[in-house]
Amino acid sequence: MSLLEIRNLKKYFPVAEGLISRRKGDVKAVDGVSLTVEEGETLGVVGESGCGKSTLGRTILRLIEPTDGEILFENKDIMRVSSAEMRDLRRRMQIIFQDPYASLNPRMRVGEIIGEGLKIHKMASGSGRREQVMALLDKVGLREDHYDRYPHEFSGGQRQRIGIARALAVSPKFIVADEPVSSLDVSIQAQIINLLQELQESMSLTFFFISHDLRVVEHVSHRVAIMYLGKVVEIAPSDAIYKDARHPYTRALLSAVPMPDPNPKKDRMVLEGDVPSPVNPPSGCNFHPRCPYREQICTEVEPELEFAYGGHGTACHVFGPGKRSWPNPPRLS
Amino acid sequence: MATQDLATPLPQANTATRAWRKARELKLPWIPIFVLVVLMVAAIFAPLLAPHNPEQLNKRDREVPPFESSKFLLGTDKSGKDILSRLIYGARTSVFISLVALGTGAVIGSAIGVMSGYFGGRVDIVLMRLVDAVLGFPTVLLALIIVAIAGGAGIGNVIVAVAATVWARFARQARGEVLSIKERDFVTLAIVAGVSAPVIMWRHIFPNVINTVLIVISLLVGQTILLEASLSFLGVGVPPGDPAWGIMVSEGRDQIFEIWWLALFPGLAITIVVMAMNFFGDWLRDTLDPRLRRTR
Repeated sequence: MSLLEIRNLKKYFPVAEGLISRRKGDVKAVDGVSLTVEEGETLGVVGESGCGKSTLGRTILRLIEPTDGEILFENKDIMRVSSAEMRDLRRRMQIIFQDPYASLNPRMRVGEIIGEGLKIHKMASGSGRREQVMALLDKVGLREDHYDRYPHEFSGGQRQRIGIARALAVSPKFIVADEPVSSLDVSIQAQIINLLQELQESMSLTFFFISHDLRVVEHVSHRVAIMYLGKVVEIAPSDAIYKDARHPYTRALLSAVPMPDPNPKKDRMVLEGDVPSPVNPPSGCNFHPRCPYREQICTEVEPELEFAYGGHGTACHVFGPGKRSWPNPPRLS
Repeated sequence: MATQDLATPLPQANTATRAWRKARELKLPWIPIFVLVVLMVAAIFAPLLAPHNPEQLNKRDREVPPFESSKFLLGTDKSGKDILSRLIYGARTSVFISLVALGTGAVIGSAIGVMSGYFGGRVDIVLMRLVDAVLGFPTVLLALIIVAIAGGAGIGNVIVAVAATVWARFARQARGEVLSIKERDFVTLAIVAGVSAPVIMWRHIFPNVINTVLIVISLLVGQTILLEASLSFLGVGVPPGDPAWGIMVSEGRDQIFEIWWLALFPGLAITIVVMAMNFFGDWLRDTLDPRLRRTR
């Protein structure tokens, strides 16, 4: 049984235009995503800005109501639970945001911020709560005397640790980490990632790790899903993505990762054009206007995510098992 | 200079010098602050400061011009009451009414603004149209109507009328702030934590709006004093005969050319205080929230 199962999830944002708000179309932020997250694993979700990865993460916590589809957490459809049950579910699902400056209330003390969930869910009170928060501060590498300070007294990395402590306070099982290190310096990124990994082991956490940085995702993820324009184009165990990427988009992403290589190879795959507007996505395969390998079918039929041996799913008409294969491994390997 | 400051750390300064340095750094508006202090002192210590009882009649010293008698520095009115004493007591009335009215308006207005911004939708539309209606009305006219509805002149009714006109400013400003604050991640995280809507508004949103509320208060103090004076002048404010600036102007109006000092000094007092408050409000706004610099 998977901890989380997403079935054909869609989220369209209506686009209105003009004075008499006429509905012009929809931004298809998430357009038919299905995936599962197993207990104890980290699923990395990668994609460019605007590909719907954050919307997906927020929809899982029902911070955004989906247009269509199902989200099952521990086999319970979170769209059909009572508000009391949702409260309880939200105790077990937490989220860490990208911007450590916006995610802490500047008018609250660190201790209050971290302890808020404990208070709301009546998990601890008074001195018991204080002790638990102190223990959390220690766990995420902060000092106990930080308890009575305000967020502005901390650096970005420290703030992100506060955000992590806050998420951990209610002992969740599942954490959506929405670009948790993207706004931090590289050296701090490593610290935070190591912290997340330590915590995953010691508290048996499951992560839904959203990022646009393939190297970060490679480091933390057991499996990786690649998103493009609201759809999952490839999903596979981390190794398979980095050693045997099949979708041309994944290949392009991997080849764009800067490498500390003094002799750059000439096989960089550079995509032409920009990501098309999600209001009127291209017909057939979303990626076809930018794909150097497109065939006739790509412009007409939308490819399904087909799974092959080892749970390696690819949504491509051209590449994949039983179809064309790549002559070389992806650049980043 | 700056480089020197960096190179040699400043010698340990005592609290007073540090406060002085901070004050210079903030470019405190000294003149408005001075006026504010004088006004507050006059209001609080009126019985100690006033040379005479403001209600005391002096049959022998009627209509004494200003600066002629050391006993009545700013002269006396038709029944020989000392103008200076009445001005000092009048400060009390103005300060009391405007503070209470503004406080009430600020509390009610920002509560409405926070709710309107947070819930959005129909609640927001209805409340904001109400705000538009209040702001679209000439202030004095609206206050007049409210006094009339509330049952005529009197300090209580003036407070109600002023509060009922100023709350809309707070509501609109607070609502605008809330619209951006409620989209910030910490509010989302509070929702994830299961915090209820009233608690989110009180604990997470309102504390982040307080700065704005303070700025609006400081910008409105002058206008409130003016509004109170206008109402008194029109005869629907403080009961006639009481020492209040608006009433004093109104009483001096008939003989403005003969006994000019009757209306001049209270008029000047109103002008100076309102101007000082406006300057102080502008300064506070620029210091606390530079983003508001161009809005009003």
